[in-house]
Order: sequence, then structure tokens, then C-alpha cells
Amino acid sequence: MSISKKSAETLTWPEKGESRIPYQVYMDENIYEGEMDKIFRGSTWNYLGLEVEIPNPGDYKTTYVGDTPVVVTRDSNGEIRSFVNRCAHRGATVCMDSCGNTKTFTCVYHAWVYDAQGDLKGVPFKKGVNGQGGMPEGFDQSKLSLQKIKVETYSGIIFGTFDHSMEPLQTYLGDKMCGYLNRIFQKPVKVLGYQRQLMNNNWKLYFENVKDSYHASLLHLFFSTFGVNRLSQKGGIDLDETGRHHVSYTYGSLNEDLEAYKQSDLRSFSSKYTLEDPSLLVGRNEFPDGITLAIQSLFPGMVVQQIHNALAVRHLVPKGIDSCELIWTYLGFEDDDEEMTKIRLKQSNLVGPAGFVSLEDGGIGELVQKGIVGAPHEESFVEMGGTGIESQSFRVTETSIRGFWKHYRHLMGY
Amino acid sequence: MQQISDLREVQLKIEELTHAYVQCIDDNRLEEWPEFFTDDCLYQIISRENNERNFPASIIYCDSKGMLKDRVTAHRQANIFEAHVYRHIVSSIRIVGCENDTYTVHANYAVFQTRVNGYSEVYNVGKYIDKIVFEGDQPKFKEKKVVYDTLVIPTLLVTPI
Repeated sequence: MSISKKSAETLTWPEKGESRIPYQVYMDENIYEGEMDKIFRGSTWNYLGLEVEIPNPGDYKTTYVGDTPVVVTRDSNGEIRSFVNRCAHRGATVCMDSCGNTKTFTCVYHAWVYDAQGDLKGVPFKKGVNGQGGMPEGFDQSKLSLQKIKVETYSGIIFGTFDHSMEPLQTYLGDKMCGYLNRIFQKPVKVLGYQRQLMNNNWKLYFENVKDSYHASLLHLFFSTFGVNRLSQKGGIDLDETGRHHVSYTYGSLNEDLEAYKQSDLRSFSSKYTLEDPSLLVGRNEFPDGITLAIQSLFPGMVVQQIHNALAVRHLVPKGIDSCELIWTYLGFEDDDEEMTKIRLKQSNLVGPAGFVSLEDGGIGELVQKGIVGAPHEESFVEMGGTGIESQSFRVTETSIRGFWKHYRHLMGY
Repeated sequence: MQQISDLREVQLKIEELTHAYVQCIDDNRLEEWPEFFTDDCLYQIISRENNERNFPASIIYCDSKGMLKDRVTAHRQANIFEAHVYRHIVSSIRIVGCENDTYTVHANYAVFQTRVNGYSEVYNVGKYIDKIVFEGDQPKFKEKKVVYDTLVIPTLLVTPI
């Protein structure tokens, strides 16, 4: 549903600040357009992909910044480039495939040709045919390149921004968030595959859910149902200085020792069920800090996940006010042995669109989207862990949700 | 002629297995679902994209009957999701090879999903790539690889295909 045209400008944020979110932000077309403009095509660094996805000159992949289609390429000099996937002539996409290798991108409509930097290299019939037609005097091909996106990489991760005066990527991420990225991307990664999931809710409801550590043990009952040891689950929430990024971390919540699992004294007393095949839980301790669950969100739409040995990047793509797509890139390390890959494959049963501890997240935003129909001027109540925005050494808190809204309001001008 | 009639019989049993398998899911008799498999089975739901690019990541990857049973227990007891039913349509069931008494069988499938609001949607379409063996005269899935074309999973997947 959409509200009147003026609504975006007239949205007044509730007096109680980030602990109240007006439902209008999830259902207003104008607000959505404002978000695409001021957030995704504004002053943010957005996830574009991984260097390992385009290792060779000429490699490319298509993706999105917000809902804008973009191409990420490696040019003939090995530099990573990115541009909007929209021909400067009539607006058609110049690249139809999800990935590949090419020297040039040719729009199929009128065969305008661009190189891997997005510069226009050829226009058919530029001089006309037999002296007739053709482009007018002063036609300047160099002014008709594809819209360029500024690119920087960190730890093998490619980010892009439409704001060419944007602060450096590392400053945007901050030392703390860079530290968490280095933890996962400690050595060369390899892609184990992709999963794609469509959710019938506004993109922000999914992103808030990622930041919501309060719901974890309440909505996701797999671990408690099967009595997987959670006796030593220490953890907390780490925010960057601005509050826009977060990490939720947990130490050793999963007992990866099969024998210990089978001895029921380690299981919680309330659990009625045991796993027939606990080999699902077998893993290796590959992170010396002892953190077994780490969910990191980077504003505005990227998530880095470590659930034991199941590693992934999730990329959130808005698709209108009440729809968004989640693209999961599953990762291992280049030096994984065969057994390690098997471990990751088996543990990936925990995550993704069919994951034992993540499938509920696909449906929960939809429940909110359904529940708030007709109530744009009502608001949610987000006071778990107080009303402030700070790192906390416990997870029963909504501090990182409030952090998201603080930066959102800053960019949107609310 | 005897060989041909033997092959016919195998074919009929394999077709019957496939039809019984999908009806078991559609009728919500999930507790019986693991029994269509051998004990050391492999059940995998993988996107066509990953399969064609030789990426192993699957949305479900179970390498024992025990893991299938755990899927059912989680479905019934742990996971939270909106109620829904499936209707499978299966076609083009073909034996494409046989080696060491293991039949490789391909079939197309489409799953319609109906949620509590009563709307039905084409939820997932793809292809089964099965390895079937006979335990006595009962065929069982030694491997069932579900390769789906519908790259984008709507909302979530909890019920097997």
C-alpha cells in the first residue's frame, strides 16, 4: 500500500527516538524511493562481491546496489571496476548473464559497445549509411560511458559506492568491523555455492532481524529442542562507533564432541529429542578466539556469517516496499581438505533458506509486513536492553537495531 | 523377450517408488518419508546453478537415513513456519543407466505450494537425479539429488521435495 505523495517529506520521527519505529517506513513508496537514492545510491559502501569471484582479467558478475542493477568486472589491467548495468543510449541492460568473461559489453538493442571499464567504444552507424543518418556534429562518445561506481576492496571483499567523494572504505567500516572481517577472511576463501531466497517483506525488516539478538533462542528452537549443549553460551554485541554496523558473537555454544553429545548429562534437561545422526554437529575449531557464532551486519545490506564452520556472506537486495531477496554466498577456504568441505556442507543444513536455525527468518518479516497493514502511524517498541546505542556484553538486547535506525535517520534526514 | 519383461517390471517398480514417494510427502506422512531411502543414503537439494557450476552447496544435504529422520523431527518439533501443503506433479520418469545393480533414474517434478491463505503457487520445479537399488524386490533411493530450476526459494523451505 502506498501513502500520499507528500508522506516521505512529512514523516516525523517519534520523540522517543530509535526505540520507536513508525510502521510507515515499511510501506511507503516514497520512503522506499528515498532509501534507494539516499542510502543505497548515497553515501554508503555496498557489497558487490568477492575478488575470488572475478579472479581473471575480463571476468565479470552482475549484482545489485539497492535495487539498481550493476556489473562488477576485472579489466585488462587486473583492476576491479563497476558500473550501472544500463546502456547510455536507451537504458537497456548491457549484460544479461550472471557471470562470465568478456573483453567488451555489447548492448543487444543497438549494439553499443563498452569496455570492462564501462567506457563507450563503439556506436554502429555513427556516421550514418551512405551519408544519411548518423549522429549529429559534435557527438562525443567519451561523454556516454556507463555510470561508474567507485570501488574499493577490503580483505578480498569488493565494495562499491555511487558517492565518488565517499570516505575511504576502511574508515566507513571502522577498525572494529575490519577486525571481525579479518577474522573470517583470514586466508584465501573459495565459493562453495549460492542460495537465493525471496521474502515478502520490506528489506529493513530482514536487516533488523539480523541485528536482533533477542529473538535468537526464542524463534529458533532447533538447538534447544535437540539439547545441543548451550551451557557455556557467553556472548555479546559489538557496535562500531556510529552504531550502523554490528557483530553478535557467542562462545562455544555447540558441543562438537560426538561422544559428549551422546552422554545425555551434557544436554539440557528440558530437551525431549536427540539427533539420530549427530554427525551434523561435527566440526573443527578454526577460530582461535573460541567464537563459534558470529553474525556481522554492515550497513546497509551485507551480512557476514560464521555459524560454527558454515561461513557465508548474505547480500540483501530490496525489491520494492514489501519484497526483498537474500543472496547467500557459501564459503570455505582454498586450503580446505575434502573432509573440511564435507563438514561445511553438512553444517550448511543449519543455515540458508532451509536451515535448521535460519529458516524461520525467511518468514518472520512477512508476519510483520502482514500485521502492520493499515497502521502506518503506529510504531514498534524497541527497548530491550534500554534505549541507548552501545556495545553490550549480553545478547538480550535490541541495541544494534537502534544503531541501524540512528544511521538511517541521519541519511534520510528524519 | 524375458529380458524385456524383466526390464518392464523394474521400470514399473521404479515408477511406483517415485509416485509413492511424492504422495507420501503430499499426504503429510513425513514420518514414513525416510523409509524410501537406504540406510547410507544421500539426499540433497541443490540449485541448478550450483550443480552446473560444480559448486557443492546445497540447501539440504543429508548423508544418512538418520539425518532424514532428524529433518522430520525438526519439522514436527523445532522449526516454526506457516502451515502449507505441497502437491507434486512428476513426469518423464526414465531409467538412464544401470551399473552394479544401481539404476540411475531421471524425472521432472513440479511442486505447487498452498499456504493458509488458500493461494497456490508454483513453489519449485526441477529434476530428480536418483540412484535406486533393490533391497529384495523393494526399490530404495540410495541417492536422491533434487536439482531445482526455481533458483529463488519463496520465503523458506522446510518440507522435503
